[in-house]
Amino acid sequence: MIGDTPASAIPAPLAPQAAYAVEGHGLVKTFGSFRAVDGIDIRVPAGSIYGVLGPNGAGKTTLLRTLLGIVDPDEGHRSLLGAAQPQRMAQEVGYLPEERGLYPSMKAYEAIAFMGALRGLPLKVGRERAKAMLAEHGMGASIDKPIRQLSKGMAQTVQLFGTIVHEPRLIVLDEPFSGLDAINQEKLEALIRAQARRGVTILFSTHVIAHAERLCERIAIVAGGRIRFEGTPGEARDRLRPQVRLRTRTVDGAWRRALPEDTMAEEGAWHFALPDEGIEPLLRALIDDQAGIESLSIERPGLHDAFVAIAGAAVAKQMQDDRVQEEEA
Amino acid sequence: MKQLWRAAFVIARRDFTAVVLSRTFILFLLGPLLPILIGFAFGGLGEKISNTDLRPVVGVAMSAQDSAALERAHDRLTERMGEQALPRLRRVSTSISPRVQLARADSEVVAILSGSVARPVLTGKAEDLDKLQGDLSLMSSAARAERTLQLVKIERQEVATSLGAQAQARLVIGRIAQVVMFFLTILLAGMILSNLVEEKTNKIIEILAAAIPIDAIFLGKLMAMLAMSFVGIAFWGGTAFGIFLALGGGGSGLPAPAVGWPIFLILAVLYFAMAYTLLGSLFLGIGAQAATVREVQTLNMPITMGQMLIFFFASYAVDHMGSPAEVAACIFPFSSPFAMIARAAQDATLWPHLVALVWQAAFVALIIRVGVLLFRRHVMQSGGRWWKTLFRPATG
Repeated sequence: MIGDTPASAIPAPLAPQAAYAVEGHGLVKTFGSFRAVDGIDIRVPAGSIYGVLGPNGAGKTTLLRTLLGIVDPDEGHRSLLGAAQPQRMAQEVGYLPEERGLYPSMKAYEAIAFMGALRGLPLKVGRERAKAMLAEHGMGASIDKPIRQLSKGMAQTVQLFGTIVHEPRLIVLDEPFSGLDAINQEKLEALIRAQARRGVTILFSTHVIAHAERLCERIAIVAGGRIRFEGTPGEARDRLRPQVRLRTRTVDGAWRRALPEDTMAEEGAWHFALPDEGIEPLLRALIDDQAGIESLSIERPGLHDAFVAIAGAAVAKQMQDDRVQEEEA
Repeated sequence: MKQLWRAAFVIARRDFTAVVLSRTFILFLLGPLLPILIGFAFGGLGEKISNTDLRPVVGVAMSAQDSAALERAHDRLTERMGEQALPRLRRVSTSISPRVQLARADSEVVAILSGSVARPVLTGKAEDLDKLQGDLSLMSSAARAERTLQLVKIERQEVATSLGAQAQARLVIGRIAQVVMFFLTILLAGMILSNLVEEKTNKIIEILAAAIPIDAIFLGKLMAMLAMSFVGIAFWGGTAFGIFLALGGGGSGLPAPAVGWPIFLILAVLYFAMAYTLLGSLFLGIGAQAATVREVQTLNMPITMGQMLIFFFASYAVDHMGSPAEVAACIFPFSSPFAMIARAAQDATLWPHLVALVWQAAFVALIIRVGVLLFRRHVMQSGGRWWKTLFRPATG
C-alpha cells in the first residue's frame, strides 16, 4: 500500500551535517550468557543509505536498538547525530521496529500524528501532514478508519508514515520489507531513495541481500553478533575475483595447460576465477592452438556470492531459509 | 525536563482520550451510581423499618389494679424517657401459668410479669430476662410509689457549641473523608495495574521507548488515569450532591472541619491525587513487569490486601492524634494522605500539609523512577544495576 513517493513525504533538503550520523565503538550487549552484539564497531556516513545484512538472530535488531538507545550496551559507546545519549536526538530520528505496533482503536491519521507528537511534532501539524500523506498514497478513504479495520499492508504503511512524518534527519528501519508484497517493496525502495536524496541518513537491517544490493551505499554483514564485513557493496564483491566461463569447440589440446589450477568443468564449459595475470595468456594459448572459442564471459560476482564468501555458506543458507519461511508465512 | 513533561503529556492525552471516548467509559461512570441508588433505596427502607415498633412486648398477668398501676407507671416514664426506651405491656390471662402461655405457638409476648407490683415475678428465657428485668423493676417501683413518686425537674441550659461534640464531629468528618478517599483510590488505582499490558501486547512499547524516556510513559499514564478519575469523581459527586439536594438536604447543620470547609476540600482533592499517584505509580511499576493480563489479574488480590492494611493503619491513627502511631501514619508515604486528611479535619495547623504534600510528591517521583529502572532492566533487558542510575536524569 505504499504509493509513489509523494511531495508530502519528501520535504526540503537538509542542511549539511557531521560526517557520521551514527557511530558505535566496541559495542557489546549480552542477554544472560548470550552475546547478541559482540564487540561491534560501526560508522554510518551522514546522508547515506546503510544496510545491516545478516540472518535472523545475527544481532541486527539488538545492534539497532542499542544504537538508538532503546537498550544500553554492556560495553562500548555510541553516538547518534553527534549525541552520546541517543534519546537526546529522538526528535531528529524516525524508527520503524521489526515488530510493528499501533493502537488498534486509533484512527489512521491520528496514529501518524501521535507518532510525530512523540518526536516533538505539534499534533495539529502532524494531523495535516498525515492526512496529506494518506490522501496522496491512495488511502484517502482510510484516513478516519481505526487501525483495526485496515489491512496488514495498510497498517504497515501508516506506521511507516508515522516514522517519517516529523521529517527526521535519520531514519532507522528494522526489516522494513518484511511482510510487504513485491509491489510495495519496490515502492518502499523508492521512498527510501527519495528520503536519501534530500540528505536523510537511512540505516536499515535486512536479511534479503537483493534490497541491500539495490539500495545501499554501504553495508555491514553481521553474523554471530559480529561485523564480518563493512564497506560498499562493490568492495564486498571485490573480495571475490571475477568468474570466467569458457566454452570451446575442442576439449583437448596444449591450450589446456594455460587453464588455472582451480578450473572446473561443468555442462561442457570451463569455470574458473579470473587469474591475477588476467585472461590474456589463456586467450593467446587458445588462439595459437586453434581451440575454437564458442563463448567467453567474465562476470563480476554478485553480493550474494560475496556474502557467502564473507559470512560463510552456512549463514548464507540460513538467510535463504529465513526468506523462504517469511514468504511462506 | 521540559521534554519529559511534553512527552508525558502526549502519552496522557492519548490514554485519556482512548479511555474517555470509549463506550465502556459510560459503564465505568454509571457503575458506581448503582450502589448510591441502592444506598438511597435501602436508606428509605431502613427508615421505614426503624419507624416500625420493634420494642419487646411483655405480658402482664396481675390483678386488674396492679396491671392498671403498671400501665400508668409505664406511660409516666415513657413521657420522660422517650417512646423507644421501655418495653410495651399487654395484659394476659392470670388463670393460665406463664410457662404454659409462653409455650403456646400463638404467644405474642417475650416474657410474662406475674405476681404483684410489690413482688413481681418475671418468666421468660434467660437472655430476655437479662434485658427486661431492669426496665420492669423500674416500672414496678414507679407503680408501687405511684402516689408518692415525684419526678425531679431538670433545668436546661443550652449552648451553641460544645468542644467535646465538635471534636467528636471532626473525628467523624476525618473518618468519612478517609473512607471516601480509600474507596475511590481502591476503585480507581487498581485499573493502573494493567495499563502497560496494551503497549506490550501490541508491540507499541518499542516505538514509545525509542521516542521518549520511559519515565514520560509512566508519568503520562498516571496523569491520564488521574484525570480520568477526576472526571469520574466529578460525575459521581455531582450526581450524589444532586440527589442529596433533591431529597431536601441542606448543608447548614454540617459541622466544619478544623481547617474549614474550603481548605479541607482542596486538601481532600490534593491528598486523593497523592494517594492515587502513590499507589498508581506502585501499581504501574508492578503491572509493567507482568507480561499478560492473566498475570495482572493474579497480582490484583495481594495488592488489594496491601491497600486494606494501609487503610487500617491510617484509620487506627485517626483516633490517636499526636500519638507515635499517628505520626508514623503521616510519615509512611502510602498511609500519609489518609492520615493527613484526618488530621486536617481535627487540627487547624496548615504547614504540616505542605510538608506532607512535598514528601508524598517526592515519593511518587522515587517510585516512578524505580519502576522505570526495573522496567528497563527486566522488560526491555537494558541497563545494569538499577539503583546505580536511580538519580540520573531521565533518558531512554
